[in-house]
Amino acid sequence: MKRYLPFVIVALVALATLGSGAMLYRAKRSHVTPITEDKTTVVSDAEGPHIRGNPDAPVTLEEYGDFQCPPCGKFAVFLGQVEKEYDSRLRVVFRNFPLKMHEHAREAAIAAEAAGLQGRFWEMHDVLYREQETWSTAPNARELFESYAGTIGLDLDQFRKDMEGEKAKERVDADRHRGESLGIETTPTLFINNQPLEQKDRNPEGIRAVINAALQKNSQS
Amino acid sequence: MTVSRFRTIVYIAAAIVSLAGLADATYLSVQALTGETLGCGGSPDCFRVLGSAYARIKGIPVAFFGVLAYFSAFTFATFAAFGYARARTFLVPTVVAMFLATIWFLYVQAFLLHAYCRYCLFSAAVTFLLTGLVIALPPGRSRSVS
Repeated sequence: MKRYLPFVIVALVALATLGSGAMLYRAKRSHVTPITEDKTTVVSDAEGPHIRGNPDAPVTLEEYGDFQCPPCGKFAVFLGQVEKEYDSRLRVVFRNFPLKMHEHAREAAIAAEAAGLQGRFWEMHDVLYREQETWSTAPNARELFESYAGTIGLDLDQFRKDMEGEKAKERVDADRHRGESLGIETTPTLFINNQPLEQKDRNPEGIRAVINAALQKNSQS
Repeated sequence: MTVSRFRTIVYIAAAIVSLAGLADATYLSVQALTGETLGCGGSPDCFRVLGSAYARIKGIPVAFFGVLAYFSAFTFATFAAFGYARARTFLVPTVVAMFLATIWFLYVQAFLLHAYCRYCLFSAAVTFLLTGLVIALPPGRSRSVS
């Protein structure tokens, strides 16, 4: 019996490892739910979401992003390429989901919304991601946000007022609450035609494949 | 205490320590599978380490190799504790390879990424302990199971 005992022990440990790994995977995998009609109108949509591209495009890519999150910054570069590739067939929606772990993320989101109040949300979106490394580590990010506001041609006095006002903050909070109601915990979280992107598709090829499938589905219906 | 008994105790200790490393590597593998390491949301330092290019080899998370390494170390230590002479022959090079890999990953965290992930540091501590146990093994051949 002793001769076989090490085989039994090793087999039991292998089974325990696989079993606990599988249980942990089930517990930790994303629980993001699809966007339903009620979730699109509950909050934050009083003035409509931030949309770029053809408003009537057959495919909508909705991102919950954090301006200080490095993967969101990388995704922004990829998103620019995808928007060019799909042109009028794709529209992009951006929602704020500033994470508490990022010191300047909420202020950056408010800056983007303040720019949005002057009709320049996407310009600020682009510059915030492009300059992410600079302002993320700056002691006073606010000064940089104001310089970006000047660069994209905003009325600076109005921008400062809007940064302090409630409207931009309310939009950021509303987006975050909406994201939390969908079960979002990490950024970037993406939805394509209201369906959350699965883990296996969280790469350039996967995203293109899901967009193509959505286009095909649309052309058949 | 006889040399043979001391050796058995060291092998049992090595098997138990390997189990701790196995649990840590399994947790990190699950994190990689669920995509937690691809986005922001958890520990920023862990993200910088586990989400970096150094955390994958040809697309495969290094945590998977950690699972294989710790499971191998556990298997060889267990068999060695039961007197399988050849198990030690495999245990020593496995632990040496794990030690070298750990040195590399500590270098990456300290000098290339400037960030430390606590799970990786725990794994490093486990590997150093394993290395110490292997060094503590008295020289000579294990008794053979007939």
